[in-house]
Amino acid sequence: MGKEFTRPQALSEQHTHYCPGCTHGIIHRLIAQVIDELGVRGRTVGIAPVGCAVLAYNYFTFDFQEAAHGRAPAMATGIKRVRPDLMVFTYQGDGDLASIGMGEIVHAANRGEKFTTIFVNNTVYGMTGGQMAPTTMPGQRTTTSPLGRNIDEIGMPLKVAELLSTLETPGYIERVTVIKPSYIVRAKRAIKRAFTYQLQGRCFSLVEVVSTCPTNWGLTPMEAVNWTADVLLPYYQLGEYKSPDTREEG
Amino acid sequence: MGKVLMKGNEAIGEAAIRAGCLNYFAYPITPQSEVAEYLSRRLPEVGGVFLQGESEVAVSYMIFGAAACGERVFTTSSSPGISLMSEGISYIAAAQCPAVFVNIMRGGPGLGGILPSQADYFQATKGGGHGDYRLLVMAPAGVQEAVEMVMRAFPLAEEYRNPVIILGDGLIGQMMEPVEFPDHLSSKPSNKDEWATNGMATRKSGRPNIVRTLILDPNTLNEHNLHLKEKYERMKRDEVRYEPYNLEADYRGLIVSYGTMSRVCRSAIDALKEQGVEVGMVRPQTLFPFPEKAIEEAASKESCEVVVSIEMSMGQMVEDVERSVRGRRPVEWYGTCGGDVPTPEEIMEAMKSFMSSESPHLVHSSTG
Repeated sequence: MGKEFTRPQALSEQHTHYCPGCTHGIIHRLIAQVIDELGVRGRTVGIAPVGCAVLAYNYFTFDFQEAAHGRAPAMATGIKRVRPDLMVFTYQGDGDLASIGMGEIVHAANRGEKFTTIFVNNTVYGMTGGQMAPTTMPGQRTTTSPLGRNIDEIGMPLKVAELLSTLETPGYIERVTVIKPSYIVRAKRAIKRAFTYQLQGRCFSLVEVVSTCPTNWGLTPMEAVNWTADVLLPYYQLGEYKSPDTREEG
Repeated sequence: MGKVLMKGNEAIGEAAIRAGCLNYFAYPITPQSEVAEYLSRRLPEVGGVFLQGESEVAVSYMIFGAAACGERVFTTSSSPGISLMSEGISYIAAAQCPAVFVNIMRGGPGLGGILPSQADYFQATKGGGHGDYRLLVMAPAGVQEAVEMVMRAFPLAEEYRNPVIILGDGLIGQMMEPVEFPDHLSSKPSNKDEWATNGMATRKSGRPNIVRTLILDPNTLNEHNLHLKEKYERMKRDEVRYEPYNLEADYRGLIVSYGTMSRVCRSAIDALKEQGVEVGMVRPQTLFPFPEKAIEEAASKESCEVVVSIEMSMGQMVEDVERSVRGRRPVEWYGTCGGDVPTPEEIMEAMKSFMSSESPHLVHSSTG
């Protein structure tokens, strides 16, 4: 009997720079597994964001481009339009996608661009040092909301999966998390579905992953998992928000 | 193939196709929206890609994404739109991707106006976006030259792995002139396997290509910028283009002017010659690199008393002209910047006023 648990081919041997308890590593691995299973490493182009995952290309073994803050969906559009045969995904955080890049993601989704977005929502700007994001929870303390997010001044946290699901253009949108093994299995299934829809040329796809940032939340990794379960998941509810299949059936 | 009568903006779109570029992303803006209108029907006919983006910012990154895959790609816009694209242009230059931009300039700053202008000289030649980068800047003086510059721009962008910008103005975009598309300027895209993210499976190396601009190590970033500088120095050595006009005469005034403005200057020079007043002109066809040596040589001619930068901007080119003249002659500026192009008569008047009043030609030359 051979080895049953090995490193995916699409994942490099580079040591991670992510903090202890951060979920980027799990999400990277799921993407790599799916790319291996679909056999598309040779025609995949990933797009790294600005944020902690800007160095994502160090951890994968296929082509990568690095976007400016928020612009990954426009770059992915450029790639897919001129090279529809390539498998393209953007990997974006909440500051990147839900703040500065809101225009780009809405229009790419609404055009039904045939690429996939992995949207990592950890409710803060990670790399710049824990500033408030559009997804920061009410009362959540960050370095730019030291007294907690005041919803009278800043409004409520943006729900990206719900917001994009209002678009009439067909698409696949699901929100997942990776804070325990059963969730991880579901997250992988969602990523695989998203990539598969893209490879079939069917629709735009986005998987929102509710993630942890123990460092900027000021919590231990275990506390961060618990806070995600207790505070984030009731607000950012998991599940499928939009599917090209249900639309056809309905 | 014979000549056809075409509007500048449409000819620019057709020129890109003839050059071998079938990918175009753009956002509408006056006075160049005809390029997008023309290509929205023309590109599907030839199996190309046309996409109207949601903003100029997004368009510049569509260009980046496509260029980073190794595909030929271009866009067109006008002044305020180029300001928005300048973020992306900085990244494209940093990532060393070939791409072609066309700026059909209108008056600024701000929304400015929609009439012809040359007020984006600094933006095109000195930066526009952040960081140490340069664009190869070509400035056509007519529709035929615009066509040829667009067609040359793609192989040049590939040779230098750097964005090229065609700096036209509203008049060139809007006027109709007879044009032809020279077959010899069609070209095949270069092989980009060494760096492009065109899919690992298509390459012999079997290694991932990464197109990036983040370089955190100070030494590596310094080296990267030195490498970019080397390319710009090579452009200065090999890519300077200009047209001399009436330089064989013993001119007393030397004009430096480009684009639409230079055509009016040419008429003024011809009319002055009939009055017995000689004026010469160096017309830069590339603004970066700038024809420094040609201007210095022309300014050094013994008969030359003054050098005048004539432009539809508030003297933005004067610094480059002064730098070229190296203090050998006084440098003056003449121009307008509201959208009206100065007339030949106004230029004649201005040149006379700049040249010494001791001249026998000028004593009785009042045109008032």
